[in-house]
Amino acid sequence: MRIVVLVKPVPDPASAGERLGPDGRLDRASVPAVVNGNDEYVLEAALKLIEAAGEGEITLLSMAPANAPETLRKALAMGAHRGVHVTDPALGGSCAVATARVLAAALGELEFDMVFAGIDSSDGAGGIVPPAIAAHLGLPFLSYAARIEPDMAARTVRVRRISATGYDLLEAPLPVVIAGTQALGEPRYPSLKGIMAARGKEIVTRSLADLGIDPETVGAAAATTVVLDSRMPPPRAATEIVRGTPDDGAARIVDFLAERRII
Amino acid sequence: MGGLWVVAELGPDGGLARISTEVATLVRELAATAGLDAIGIVVAPDPGPAAAELATYLPVVRAITDGAAGVHAWSAVAAGHIAALLATETPDAGEAPDAVFAGAGADGRDLAGAVSALTGLGVLVNATSVVWTDGGPAVEMSVFGGKLLTTSGFTSGRGFVTVRPNVMTAAPATTAGRVEPQATTVSASPPAVKVVDRISEAGAAAPIEEARVIVAGGRGVGGSDGFGIVGELAEALGGAVGATRAAVDSGWIPYSQQIGQTGKIVKPELYLALGISGAIQHKVGMRTSGTIVAVNRDADAPIADFADLFVVGDLFEVGTALLERLRARPG
Ligand SMILES: Cc1cc2nc3c(=O)[nH]c(=O)nc-3n(C[C@H](O)[C@H](O)[C@H](O)COP(=O)(O)OP(=O)(O)OC[C@H]3O[C@@H](n4cnc5c(N)ncnc54)[C@H](O)[C@@H]3O)c2cc1C
Ligand SMILES: Nc1ncnc2c1ncn2[C@@H]1O[C@H](COP(=O)(O)O)[C@@H](O)[C@H]1O
Repeated sequence: MRIVVLVKPVPDPASAGERLGPDGRLDRASVPAVVNGNDEYVLEAALKLIEAAGEGEITLLSMAPANAPETLRKALAMGAHRGVHVTDPALGGSCAVATARVLAAALGELEFDMVFAGIDSSDGAGGIVPPAIAAHLGLPFLSYAARIEPDMAARTVRVRRISATGYDLLEAPLPVVIAGTQALGEPRYPSLKGIMAARGKEIVTRSLADLGIDPETVGAAAATTVVLDSRMPPPRAATEIVRGTPDDGAARIVDFLAERRII
Repeated sequence: MGGLWVVAELGPDGGLARISTEVATLVRELAATAGLDAIGIVVAPDPGPAAAELATYLPVVRAITDGAAGVHAWSAVAAGHIAALLATETPDAGEAPDAVFAGAGADGRDLAGAVSALTGLGVLVNATSVVWTDGGPAVEMSVFGGKLLTTSGFTSGRGFVTVRPNVMTAAPATTAGRVEPQATTVSASPPAVKVVDRISEAGAAAPIEEARVIVAGGRGVGGSDGFGIVGELAEALGGAVGATRAAVDSGWIPYSQQIGQTGKIVKPELYLALGISGAIQHKVGMRTSGTIVAVNRDADAPIADFADLFVVGDLFEVGTALLERLRARPG
């Protein structure tokens, strides 16, 4: 079973320093990068699947700035086998349309049964890269996965897609692209052994030239969207703190909501 | 005919999803400002009922009948039709829309991604407000977990916008529009994905993204039983029940109700947090709520820093007293 897991380094959501540069793009030096939370869930699902199958290989694929291997090491330490890092100075400022095209081209060079992606990324991108990649590759796309059950003998996969009222059971022939959620299960912590092993694992670097993509068609100059303005949200008013009996608290909540015409 | 398009999403009953009534209202108002036509598009095995409902919001609705949309995942089927319409209605023919709008939920974003790949159109996601400026939409969104607000546009002037719930209150138009059947010649479509079964889970809770009031419980609630008071308060306030990951991971409440970085992002008028510490990964999902009220017995919990009202106390004691007072209120 060969699974490619798409991993996006994102600014650490627990940090406070995200800034946009004058060009309206994230100033990546302003915050440390981590593996996108949802990508850890799909990686965990991939690890469990190959453990259950007793065979298989997981390749990480990331399109990211030159320092991404630091972030990828953590995912390798969880148990992925190797990484492919697409990086090129011309990629800076690429929009989601270009990102999907580049990742699809990189996937075109890899052999896989399934591609796993996170359902969305914590920096605010809206989860459109995975369906776009699937459409580029002409592969079935199964999203909002809460459970992934491949049948390698039949070469099909079933996915529980979370719906408004429960879930839809989807089925498609392999290969497929799947976007998964936290409902897949909590990711493992890398073991010391895993961390040591990750140091020796291979991360292959691919440039735009390697993928046969014209640099003019990606990056900020070719972006389909542009940030016109960015600002901090207005600060919240000071917190009113209530102590006293439970009923004092309840009474104050009712008054507070009535003052604001919420009730 | 240029214009602004709304691609309708359908609810579990095959009717128009609530988000689409909001998007339609937004687009009708934008189109009026921009001097453009507002056009609805419905793709369904039986588009009639949803198209008729959409036509109460928009002057023209094009109904595309495709049986595949009933037995296959909707977004791939719809993407083929939308891409085909976009391709025939070229700018030269003066028919291309200036922007296509859908909801920012599961179906809307799957659709937007597929259409962008098929057509090369840019996508602006999770709009919290859209205004018309300089011949194109200026789309406000909240990024990096609500730490920053940005306004963006399309470099070509055209693109696909996904809109968050509650950006607008849905309001029908003064006169109902007309529904026209629409034929398409689909040339490229993402592969269909079979829906083998649709499972309704007992006790599926009200969707939190659309709720105007959310009462959320965290680890402090202590168990599934503890969510009883959370649910009762939600009912008394006419709201939905939310939760932290700690409560979801403990199996007290389904993942569909989780708010935060890897759950849902919500913006209700009122967010009442019970037994929630306010960890950053939770905060990013609810910090833009209108009013935040928290009950926590630890006066130093991080949520004290961003709640509007913070009651120091036991959530069960305060919650029970609050329920009594809410129920005793007239009306
Ligand atoms: C990658 C990643 C993604 C994550 N995504 C999310 C996410 O989407 N959503 C999310 O919520 N979290 C998320 N988390 C987890 C997050 O870091 C916190 O662990 C979680 O939000 C804590 O939930 P909590 O506030 O319920 O629990 P705790 O932090 O344990 O807080 C419980 C609070 O309840 C109070 N309390 C206890 N008993 C009572 C009582 N009887 N009366 C009143 N108060 C009481 C305590 O004082 C305490 O403040 C994520 C973490 C990671 C690493
Ligand atoms: N630059 C990237 N490199 C690798 N994977 C990505 C990249 N961008 C997006 N993805 C994948 O697509 C998912 C959704 O991302 P997004 O569409 O950016 O919200 C992420 O969780 C990743 O799995």
